[in-house]
Amino acid sequence: MKLKMTDSTEQKNGSLPYEMIIGLEVHVQLKTETKLFCRCSTKFGAEPNTQTCPVCIGMPGALPVMNRRAYDLAIKTALALDIGIPHFTKWDRKNYYYPDLPRGYQISQFDLPLSEGGKLEISDPKGGFKTKNVGITRAHLEDDAGKSLHDEASGKADTRIDLNRTGTPLLEIVSEPDMSSPQEAKGYLTELKLLLTYLEVSDCNMQEGSLRVDANVNLKIQNGNETVYTPIVEVKNMNSFRAVERAVAYEAKRQYTVWQETGLVKGQLPKQTRGWDDSAQITRAQREKEDASDYRYFPEPDLCPAVITEEEIASYRATLPELPGAIRKRLQGDFDLNPYDADVIVNQGQGGVDYYEELAKECGDGKQASNWFQQDVLRKLNESETTFAEFSLQPSRLAGLLLAVQKKEVDTTRAKDVFGVMYEKNLTAQEGMKELGIEQVDTSALSDLCKMLLEKNPQVVEDVKSGKKQAVGALIGQAKKANPNVNPGEVRKVCLDLIEQG
Amino acid sequence: MSILEYSATELKKKLEAKELTSVEVVTAYLNQIKEYDGEIRAFSFVNEEEALNQAAEVDSRRKRGEKVGLLAGIPVAVKEVLATEGQKTTCSSKMLENFVSPYNATVVQKIKDEDGILLGRTNMDEFAMGSSTENSAFGATSNPWNTDYVPGGSSGGAAACVAADMAPLSLGTDTGGSIRQPAGLCGIVGLKPTYGRVSRYGLVAFASSLDQVGPMTRTVADSALLLQAIAGHDRLDSTSANVEVPDYLNDLEKPLAGLRLGVVTEHFGEGLDEEVRQAVNDSIEVYRSLGATISEVSLPHNKYGIAAYYLIAPSEASSNLARYDGVHYGYRADEREIWQELTEERHRLVADGDERSATSPLVKMYCKTRSEGFGAEVKRRIMLGTYALSAGYYDAYYLKALKVRRLIQKDYLEAFKEVDLLIGPVTPTPAFKTGEKTGDPLSMYLGDLFTVCTNLAGVAAISIPCGFSKDGLPIGLQLQSPQFHEQQLLRVAHMYQTQTDWHIKRAPLAS
Repeated sequence: MKLKMTDSTEQKNGSLPYEMIIGLEVHVQLKTETKLFCRCSTKFGAEPNTQTCPVCIGMPGALPVMNRRAYDLAIKTALALDIGIPHFTKWDRKNYYYPDLPRGYQISQFDLPLSEGGKLEISDPKGGFKTKNVGITRAHLEDDAGKSLHDEASGKADTRIDLNRTGTPLLEIVSEPDMSSPQEAKGYLTELKLLLTYLEVSDCNMQEGSLRVDANVNLKIQNGNETVYTPIVEVKNMNSFRAVERAVAYEAKRQYTVWQETGLVKGQLPKQTRGWDDSAQITRAQREKEDASDYRYFPEPDLCPAVITEEEIASYRATLPELPGAIRKRLQGDFDLNPYDADVIVNQGQGGVDYYEELAKECGDGKQASNWFQQDVLRKLNESETTFAEFSLQPSRLAGLLLAVQKKEVDTTRAKDVFGVMYEKNLTAQEGMKELGIEQVDTSALSDLCKMLLEKNPQVVEDVKSGKKQAVGALIGQAKKANPNVNPGEVRKVCLDLIEQG
Repeated sequence: MSILEYSATELKKKLEAKELTSVEVVTAYLNQIKEYDGEIRAFSFVNEEEALNQAAEVDSRRKRGEKVGLLAGIPVAVKEVLATEGQKTTCSSKMLENFVSPYNATVVQKIKDEDGILLGRTNMDEFAMGSSTENSAFGATSNPWNTDYVPGGSSGGAAACVAADMAPLSLGTDTGGSIRQPAGLCGIVGLKPTYGRVSRYGLVAFASSLDQVGPMTRTVADSALLLQAIAGHDRLDSTSANVEVPDYLNDLEKPLAGLRLGVVTEHFGEGLDEEVRQAVNDSIEVYRSLGATISEVSLPHNKYGIAAYYLIAPSEASSNLARYDGVHYGYRADEREIWQELTEERHRLVADGDERSATSPLVKMYCKTRSEGFGAEVKRRIMLGTYALSAGYYDAYYLKALKVRRLIQKDYLEAFKEVDLLIGPVTPTPAFKTGEKTGDPLSMYLGDLFTVCTNLAGVAAISIPCGFSKDGLPIGLQLQSPQFHEQQLLRVAHMYQTQTDWHIKRAPLAS
């Protein structure tokens, strides 16, 4: 069906005639050396079918053994998401036929998942949406399937199977349908990714498939006195957060148009799966998996349930690092930052936060440190394509420069040059200033320079005397020309004093 | 005495005393196989060359005075369902007819590590589903006591080869009686260990929560020997128990004072053959004469055992056998036939104007492969299990069966508060004739009445010969113990064999 989708769906006052209901299912590959149920490597990018063994390719008689490391990372993540950890969790088989699933079932967790009921706070410092908690329905572990490589180039439509990925540990994190705009959906994903990065549980690389997102979208529509809901659609195949944002926005408009044309509401259609076509910027109906309707879940008899005690949970909790949400709040409190600045710093990851904190503490001015961090440090970091760990200009050295600025030993503009030379030549602030010939101009030399300038510029003296103090500004440029090290503020002050005395 | 008359334990002594060589032993067994297996068909593969090489290698190590393993030089037959590296692991199914395993099952590896000689692979009901070995894709095995009769199943080949003196030791597997029932019908000893006692790694799964590997031998002492070699925790099997393995051989001769045996009321009800009843009652008297206290105990949920078993086992099987889909290994339907059938279907659909309901080539390949690759009994159980796990039926069938299983386990716990071991028949009747029950799966299933509950409860049990019917067919006695009480089970079974000679009697093979 071809849909006409114009902006007529948006009312004149800019608000939409519906509310979006968005829930996200995120699959995260956990950063383990080996697979979830065998000892094969999980390294990405190896030759197809070279990282396999009887267990992960489902040879007759082979049995799974749980990788404790994957369980550890999953528990850590669940705790960070404020999810309750049941003391008893079991494994279930999810049965379906597909060529890249060699056992004919996925080992997952059905009715007793690893964790249930958590939340993640999302906010937009730019004010795109209000700060809110997104509920986490559950998080559970499962093993990944292989990859089907549909090779249609040869014209034969062959499908090749790569089982290297088969058995890689996945943590599925299911949110409540608590998001009501594409921006919120993106905000949730950004915050979740940041959290997982701080926890060091996943690479979160969407291109390599270590983070995958499916979105469940439908609409709540006020139709006169009646509230109706459109059928839920699962959107798949989105390979960036931007794509999620666009796909969700598109899907909402599409559903509204379909509802206007057909009047079909939730319950009148089965749940549909649509794929995002990034080049066409639309979602397309996908062919359902064979027998997708009934996975015949039952307890996995080859694995024992995982049991965890309150003490073990406490010891896991003790290993958690400080999390992004908490760091943001602390930076705002400790260093008097606004939410936006705190957000930018936290988004740089733990290395960035550590750098900023040391800088701010040593220079004693959080705001100044934040400005330098965001403008100069980040720019240099981007230019040199390095990480904080590799960044040669130590925060303690940069703090020396910021202190010099505070003491007016160097003005901000010149300080940028000093920053450059400190970075290039690996110098301290003092060495950098010396390198550029910046030194304090002593009082008598300054006084002599100003006297000379006033003599040369009688008009300025006249103007000041008649009350136009700003006229002295004309002298500052000349003073800097004569001696680049003079402080403009001091030139101004000395000149005014001389005229007054004069 | 000829080599074939020695039990494995006796062979071990002769080999250690260097009165015999392993090559002599293996050669004697290979000759027996050549002579009689054409009729019995216990073996699906005889590992002749490799067995002789391995025997020579063990002999020379022993000659040099090097340390050799527990089973050094003794031949062991391995059931088709146990993965063996470099050998076809067919599970007696067309589906895996040409499948060569890339790895060894833990039990097979342990046999090799203990210098046992891998003599060959034994025939079985396809994927261990059956009670007569008639479900093998490669032909049925006969009962050595009378070749018109079945050897039982699913470890029919494993039992028959021991009964026909074609192997001194044999590995079987038991999911609902598949070791004990053929042992009983073939007049040998069969031990189903506690669930978790022996690693399942490499045992091609039928019903994962019930399957267990165990010894099938002529004497109880031989079973103790083989269990010693294979028992223990395996890090490759999460369900194998981290429970210490006692020395099953040392204490075997110690008499057990104050033994309390429980006779299960429910095992002596209707349907029990009179000759079997008599033989079992006589055995109970043997124990009484040895000083055991005999009392009656009840397993009230025993009567639901068959129903629960035939829901749980097929449910797990339906999932375990999903991997045989023609994609990665094993049988795949002929591709030309697949395309031809798809083309015919399309023509039909075009004529009906219903092209959209065409089968995809992938689904067609799955269906045709599985229709052709599996036998009738396997397909029946896959369908049963798929149905029991389906949405809307799960609670009424699978979940209900799990609840019954829990009650059966509780029955055993209660019973073992009163008595040390349970005693009773293995099967309701002696062996039946080949073909007699193939048309009536339900009557075949009912033959598992006394054995399935052992697996559902996860406890251990042993079947030992205790008499013969007037037709000359063996009758088995079953002893059941609490979990991880194999040592006690073996001692009590051994006590019986010191007093009786049923296990000494040999099948009258036609020469």
